[in-house]
Amino acid sequence: MWHILKQNNITMGAIIVLIIFFGAAVFADQIAPFDPLKSSSETFEPPSWKFLFGTDDLGRDVFSGVIYGVRTSLFIGVSVAFLSGFLGVIVGSAAGYAGGFWDDLLMRLTELFLIPPRFFLALVIAALFGASLFNLILILTVTYWTTTARLVRAEVLSLKERPFVEASRAMGASHARILFHEILPNALPLVITNVTLMVGGVILLEAALDFIGIGDANRISWGAMLHNGQHFIRDGWWMVVFPSLALALLVLALNVVGDVLNTALNPKARSAS
Amino acid sequence: MKIFPPHFYNRLLFRRFIQSIILILLLIVINFFLIHLAPGDPVYYLAGQSGDEQYYQLIRAKFGLDQPLLTQLWVYLSRVVRGDLGYSLSHQQSVAAVILARVPATFLLIFSAICLASIFGVLLGVEAARRENSFYDRAINIFALLGHSLPSFSIGLIMLLVFALYLGLFPAQGMVSANQNLTGIDYLLDLLVHLALPVLTLAIVQIAQIMRLTRTEMLNVLDENFINTARAKGVSERQVLYAHALHNALLPVVTIIGSDFGMLLSGAVLVETVFAYPGLGRLMLEAINARDYPVLLGLFLIISSGVAVLNFITDMIYPLIDPRIEFKR
Repeated sequence: MWHILKQNNITMGAIIVLIIFFGAAVFADQIAPFDPLKSSSETFEPPSWKFLFGTDDLGRDVFSGVIYGVRTSLFIGVSVAFLSGFLGVIVGSAAGYAGGFWDDLLMRLTELFLIPPRFFLALVIAALFGASLFNLILILTVTYWTTTARLVRAEVLSLKERPFVEASRAMGASHARILFHEILPNALPLVITNVTLMVGGVILLEAALDFIGIGDANRISWGAMLHNGQHFIRDGWWMVVFPSLALALLVLALNVVGDVLNTALNPKARSAS
Repeated sequence: MKIFPPHFYNRLLFRRFIQSIILILLLIVINFFLIHLAPGDPVYYLAGQSGDEQYYQLIRAKFGLDQPLLTQLWVYLSRVVRGDLGYSLSHQQSVAAVILARVPATFLLIFSAICLASIFGVLLGVEAARRENSFYDRAINIFALLGHSLPSFSIGLIMLLVFALYLGLFPAQGMVSANQNLTGIDYLLDLLVHLALPVLTLAIVQIAQIMRLTRTEMLNVLDENFINTARAKGVSERQVLYAHALHNALLPVVTIIGSDFGMLLSGAVLVETVFAYPGLGRLMLEAINARDYPVLLGLFLIISSGVAVLNFITDMIYPLIDPRIEFKR
């Protein structure tokens, strides 16, 4: 797999960007020069050596906010993708393997969650139930697990008719053994790519919700910084430009790596780009 | 080419129609459960959070909140089905009227963006497919990747900074200039100038997607035998691309426009927020800030149903334009 990653400069760049962002998320306390929530008298300072990305309307350091924002974005993105993947695999494999009544029931349930557009579903639930970090992760999981469930179901349906599964069944393997030892390991590459590609989407959706202003004021996130920054766009371009760039760069890097992973792990699927 | 008798299409139409109706009914049920699952008294979500106790009593009686849950569901369903989405206290108007008043603005925005995105997305995609792996093709691919990764509100904010605030080419906010009662051609120009940045922002993301898809589909179609036949017959390359191949490659593009309508609406909400454009998105924001839950839930229902209806329409158009399927008349 490594040779596929190496042959492309864009991919290498994306991996380096991801390493930097993950590093920033882990070591935010050490990197950020100021407390991102602490206001000061130095308001609307343009970028300088002291304030690399300038300061906002309350004198908060934008650079520190961007650094701590990585942590929020990545934490939400990765945990939602992981939870959705987990839930999706359970529902999808149960539906695909059991078939019949359970398949119908689970798939109709999945479709129910697929009807309303993702953004609006998340927005309305967040507005009604509140958007604490914990809630937000649950809400985004509720809107994302359906994709994995459908994908896994289709894969399990096709895998369970393959000869090697039939052989295992003929040897008297239990359902649990067939599902967990024969079918799911073979569906894993698909799940891994799906979950990786999900992270970028989740981060964008979370940023959009915070940008609309649904989030909680004590959470430092790029979306919230942009929400605040747009009111002062005439006073300081740096308040919207730097969080925007960070968001775009992170999602871009995640998408590039996800695409490459897709080509490497699922060679049959034609890459979209 | 498969030839189907016309009643085959009618049966398909009927089945999808019934499915869409069920979908919309289910959406109303989802709304109902959201109201009841949300923390606090359901009456807040049916009335909005600015009413007094007397008004809450009135709403409780109206929606039968002392009745069993199933009866309440029935009352709610039958009200919504008749078009009664409740009353907005902050607008002093029925929710349906409040929402309807904002539909034209958002429709104008989305319609213009779809037109722009379809034209440029298809053109750029075909050109990229024609010159596969050229410098141009790579540039187009990078643009597609960017469009896929950039959030619409960030694009909007940057456009606002560059074209409205720094260069001063376009107005920064609103749908028309305030305090100038323009008429006729001046009004139209004013409208267009205000529309330019929001439409462009919304279209960029769509252009990237349509382009990417057109390119992939064109590459698939160009490998097929009938293209070789056309070339062998001496049909000009332009004709091969734009008449023979594109006709077949357009199908998925139509699907994406139809199935991505939800994405487009989500994008519109965010873009309207950036440019203070008075459409449905702006209304949603106001409803969230004022805790005007009837408007918020009404919008959710209308938007989701709109998406369901549009999916129905796309599904019905699809077999009609697919050159591989023909319905005998």
